[in-house]
Amino acid sequence: MNYVIIFLLISGLVFFTGGSIGILRLPDFYTRLHPAGKLDTAGQFFTMSAIALFVLQDFSLANFLTATKIVLIVIFVYITSPTATHAIVDAGMRAGLKPWTKEGQL
Amino acid sequence: MDSVFYYSGFYLALIMLLPLYRAIFGPTVLDRLIGVNAIGSKTTVLLIIVGLIYGRVDMFVDIALAYALLNFIAVLAASRYFQKKKGLYEKNPSD
Repeated sequence: MNYVIIFLLISGLVFFTGGSIGILRLPDFYTRLHPAGKLDTAGQFFTMSAIALFVLQDFSLANFLTATKIVLIVIFVYITSPTATHAIVDAGMRAGLKPWTKEGQL
Repeated sequence: MDSVFYYSGFYLALIMLLPLYRAIFGPTVLDRLIGVNAIGSKTTVLLIIVGLIYGRVDMFVDIALAYALLNFIAVLAASRYFQKKKGLYEKNPSD
């Protein structure tokens, strides 16, 4: 059981690492939203499920309620993270921000 | 098993420095908003790991839930506020 938890935790941290490097290195505002929207959500899912499994190892009612709250946080993030990403893209489109192209021209 | 969570929390705090660069030196306002959003989504995980280290997960889960909600509201309000400011991002002098 511990190996499953460690595997989920490390895979979530790998997703977080990829998202952070993508935010740092991608050339444009719209392309930077791609790791910010997806990889943070995936990393949050894996690390939160690892922590919920670790909490559920000694089973009692209080630990079950704590794991339920962690699952609720994951469901909340799965609803709100695409909404926030869409709101930022909408703000960029309305402000007239041009997408990046390879030659530096449109 | 505790040392795994120690190292995970330390690594997560190191990883949060990379979006902090984007949040400080971002070329536009919306880049800074992306950095703040990424830091907030990592802070939600880091709060629960801190709760595991202290042995008070039942208290820190509520704080993490409130932080996730606050992060969402802050990003939504800031993006709604900055979308009307035309000409704030363009740097070429023809506009």
